[in-house]
This record gives sequence, C-alpha cells and structure tokens, in this order.
Amino acid sequence: MIEARELRKRFGRVDALDGVSFVAPDARITGLLGPNGAGKSTTLRILYATLAADSGTACVDGDVVSVANTALRRRVGVLPHNAGLYPTLTARENIEYFARLCGLARAAARRRASELIELMDLQDIAARRAKGFSQGQKIRTALARALVHSPRNLILDEPTNGLDVPAVRKLRALLLRLREQGHCILFSSHVMQEVGMLCDEAVVIAAGRVVACGTPEALRQRTQAASFEDAFVALTGDTGENG
Amino acid sequence: MGAVWSVFAKEFLENLRDRRTVMTALLLGPLFGPIFFSVMLQLSLDRTRVGADEIIQLPTINGAAAPNLLAYLQAQHIRIVPMDHDSTGRQELQVADRSESARQLIAQRTARLVLEIPAGYGASIEAGRPAAVRLYADSSRTGDERYAARVSAVLERYAQQIAMQRLTLRGVDPQLLAPVVVQRVDVSTPASRSLLVLGMMSFFMVLSMLTGGMYLAIDTTVGERERGTLEPLLATPAPRGQLVLGKMLATCAYMLLSLTLSTSALCIALGRIDLEQFGMSANLGPGTAIRIIAVMAPLIPLLAALMTLIAAWTRSAREAQAWLGILQLVPSVPLVFASLLNLAPRLALMPVPSLSQHFLVTQLLRAEPLDGLWLAASAGSTLLLGALLLVPVMRLYGSERVLG
Repeated sequence: MIEARELRKRFGRVDALDGVSFVAPDARITGLLGPNGAGKSTTLRILYATLAADSGTACVDGDVVSVANTALRRRVGVLPHNAGLYPTLTARENIEYFARLCGLARAAARRRASELIELMDLQDIAARRAKGFSQGQKIRTALARALVHSPRNLILDEPTNGLDVPAVRKLRALLLRLREQGHCILFSSHVMQEVGMLCDEAVVIAAGRVVACGTPEALRQRTQAASFEDAFVALTGDTGENG
Repeated sequence: MGAVWSVFAKEFLENLRDRRTVMTALLLGPLFGPIFFSVMLQLSLDRTRVGADEIIQLPTINGAAAPNLLAYLQAQHIRIVPMDHDSTGRQELQVADRSESARQLIAQRTARLVLEIPAGYGASIEAGRPAAVRLYADSSRTGDERYAARVSAVLERYAQQIAMQRLTLRGVDPQLLAPVVVQRVDVSTPASRSLLVLGMMSFFMVLSMLTGGMYLAIDTTVGERERGTLEPLLATPAPRGQLVLGKMLATCAYMLLSLTLSTSALCIALGRIDLEQFGMSANLGPGTAIRIIAVMAPLIPLLAALMTLIAAWTRSAREAQAWLGILQLVPSVPLVFASLLNLAPRLALMPVPSLSQHFLVTQLLRAEPLDGLWLAASAGSTLLLGALLLVPVMRLYGSERVLG
C-alpha cells in the first residue's frame, strides 16, 4: 500500500505540490492522472524517496519513506521516467546490476535475471546493449529491473510513454498479472484512454492538488461527461483550447 | 558493503567499454606524454653538445688586414670564409658597402655571423691603440647566440694574448692586471644536475592522474544524472554512501592505472636517453618507478574526491569539464610557490599535498634516502584531507541537490 498525506513541495517560487493526499491500495492498479506539470513526477519521486517533501508524509506499507530508510526501499520497485537504462550495458547486465544492488548474491542475481528475462519476454535482446533498444524494449527491460527484488509495491512514471499499441497491450497484460499476485501498482500518465483501460482507481491531479479520485467510470458519471477524456477536462479545468 | 563492489565493478567495466575515452585517457596522456617529453629532452641535449666541438663558418670581410688574428681563429676550429666580393662575386666590395653587405648576409640567413676587419685595424694594432673588429649577429635568433658567444670568447683570448705580450715587452708583470680571480666550484652531482629537467616529472604525473580519472568522475556523477540513470540508482535499497564510494573507487582505479602507465613510460623513455653523456644521471630503475608510484598514490583518493565533488555539484557534463579543466592547474600551485619562494624540502612542508609529493619524488630521482617521518607526514596528511573531502561528497549525495 502506498499512501501520500498532505504532501507539499516548493521549487523556488513555484508550488509544485500543494497538499497531495491519496491512497493506492494493494491488489489494485492506481493511475495518477494529470496534465503536464501537474506534479505527477514530483509526487512519485517523493514516494520513492529521491525527493523530500517540504511537509506531509509519504508512506509505504504504513512506514514513512526517507533517504535513510533503505529497508523500506526493498519493498518498492521503481520505473523512472524514460526507463533510465545504462546504454553500454546489455539488458541482462542492467537487470543483474540492480539485483546486486538489492543485495542478491552473484548466482542468485543471475537466476533472478533469467526469470525476469523470460517473464518480460526479453530473450532476444538479453545479450544486446541497451543503446539501440526501442521504447517498448526499454520499458520492458526497466520493468524487469524494477521487479528484481520482488517488491510488493510498484511505482511507474509514465510507463506507456512512447509505446505502440502491441507494446501497451503487453504491458497491460503484465500489470494485470502483477495485480492478481496482490501487488500495489501506482503509475502516472497524461493519456486518458490508457488510464481508463488500465487502472482500477484514478487520482486526478492538477496544479499540485488532487481534484478527484475514484474509478474511471465513477468519475465519468460524476462529471456527466460522455467519455473519460471529457471527464478529465471537466475535472482539471484545462481544455487546452485557450492556450 | 556489497553495493560498493557492485558499483565499482560496473563503473570500471562501463568505462572500459567506452574505447575512445580509454584511448584518450590512458594512451594519449600517460604514454605519448613521456615519449614527447623525452624526444624534446633529447633534442635540447643534442643542441648543447653540438655547440662545443662544431666547426664554425665565419664569413670575414677584409680579412687580409689581420692575418695573425685569422690564423689564431682558424686554430680554434673556426673556418674563415673570405667575403671580399659583392653578391655577384665579380666586383670587389667598396669600403662604404662593407657594413651593409654584412647585414644582408645575416638577414638573408646565408650566415649566422660575419666578422668585419675595419680599414684602420693594422695601423691601430701597430700603434698600440684599441683596434676595433666588428662581429655581426642577430641576437633575436636564439640558436645563433652560442656561436656568437664562442667567437667573441676566442677573440677576447686573442686580445688578452696581445695585451700580455705588450706588457711583458714593457717589463710589466701581466699578473698585475688580475688582482682577483674568481674560481667557481660546481658542487652539483650528475644526478642533481639532471633535476633541472626531471623536476617536471612530479607535475606531469599529477596531470596524468587527473586526466586518467576525469572522464569517470564526470561520467559517474553528472553524466549519470544527464542520462537519467541516477534516479533509478538512488531509488534502489543500496545505501547512498556505498554508491558514492563505489563510484570514487572506480575513479581511483583508473587514476592509479594512469599513474602506473605514465611513470613506467617516463622511466623507460628517459632511460633510453644517454643522460650520463651530458654529465647527468637519472635514477630510473623499476625499483624507483615503484617507489615513485607509492609516494604519489596517496594523492589519488584526495583528487578523486575533489573531482567527484565538483562534478556532482555542477549542472551539466559540459560545466563539469570546464571546472575540472581548471582543477588541473591546482596541484601546480604549491610547486609554483615553492620555486618562487625557493623553498627547500623540510618536515614542516611535508603535510602540503602535491608539494610534499614533488619533494619526495625529486629525492627519489636524486637517489637520496627518504626520511620515514617525512613519508608518513606526506601520506598521512594527504589521505586525511581526502577523507575529510568525503564529508561534503556524502552530504551532497544524501540530498536531492544531486539530482540537479
């Protein structure tokens, strides 16, 4: 379970987060939805402890997240924005490196990497350097890397960014499988259809505040919009038509 | 501490895969540097040697007026080339044109020196008056200066000889003209004389350490941030202190590699130059090379921490490169002060990083025994400073500032 309580964060004179609170429960896929610059990445970064909130608390499984709380990070897997793979390392090396950093012994890291390569369907690129990977291959490799220590909670920053339709379907199947295993999955996106199809719960965030949350269907009904996309526009007040 | 070794191994391997970087960092600097250095040294040594026994060509105008002088010069390895005709070689030079003609010879680079015997030379000598001779040379051509110096020295000796004869003829003891005689006693040994050139070695080694580690210091910090790989790394359960230590160890490893390569290359390249021939000797066996590396090694963690701190603090790899370029000058600051203030090595100066290593390496090259206390003071204070620098590095990596 991932929980944000009244998170506030300022960068210089800009209020990035102005009291963000929500809960992403276990065995559910929660979508963090908002326009560009709404504070999605900042929220996720605070939840996986590379940023510190000015006030408020971020909790995972009831424990407060912090830089020093390394034990808690064992329960969180992170897929950062743009995957963040090492271009000169192969897919397998990228995965094994993180397995070692998560404390697995050399042999165990190799075994775990093999498992994940099979799970993520990476056999054909396992021995290739990440430099020339397609966006889909990058995301799948980075997801394998995020799962290397079998974390109970998964935080994915824009996982569908730049993916084509088959790749999105593959990812969806995978996330559904992880949900069935009881994982808590929190992902961010600015693409409405995806959130509508992928998540059980949506948290809509705009200008650093949570403006609505609930199932996609409930949000659509609440705003009496024809589609989830119209619901999103109604909730964030950003039509995108007046600049 | 498992994460330290995982990070170290990964960074070491990743840098090794970047062949271009490895080539520039480990081949260009540490290997070509010493070769270039020793070729320059050989050339400059060759030039000073040639000066001593080379036969000098001396175009002479109106030489017929001073047969004794010319005979004396010729006995001193100076070959007289008569120049009594103009450039066409047909017409004899007029008295008024002589000076102009001498200047032209030098300006056209057909001669380094020209000797002109003025018309009144013979008469002045006979009368016992000072007789002028003109030696033309271009002092702005540095290579020609030593030729002019040699010819003037020979001319002075000739003048002295005549003076002595004149005094003796008049019954005066020529020794009266030399009330004080300066005798210079050179106490330098061959090894210490070679230091004029080899004193640059310690600076060169510091430089090669810095270039060896610079790429990695930038790549593992600000480079990793720019590629977007720092964020997932910091989100792993590995403690951040261990991540930084692993990165710095990888930087240290390449610095040590670079230092070892450059020291070996310098010792081999300089060993091929016959320094003994010029009254110099450099103590450059494998034993000395190992000792030099050991003396310089404590600088590695200090410089690695400094480079990591600066690179992690900058906003971009470009900015980091600019700052680390400036950093390359820093280790030379104590050396410049030492030579300006003419500081001699002593215990009180041993805690100064870079300076103490310079003094100790110099002593090793002189084949002088090293004082254990000096060694301890040098290594101890350098390592301590390196450890102190870890504090701000760790603090930076503990904060979100490191993500830019």
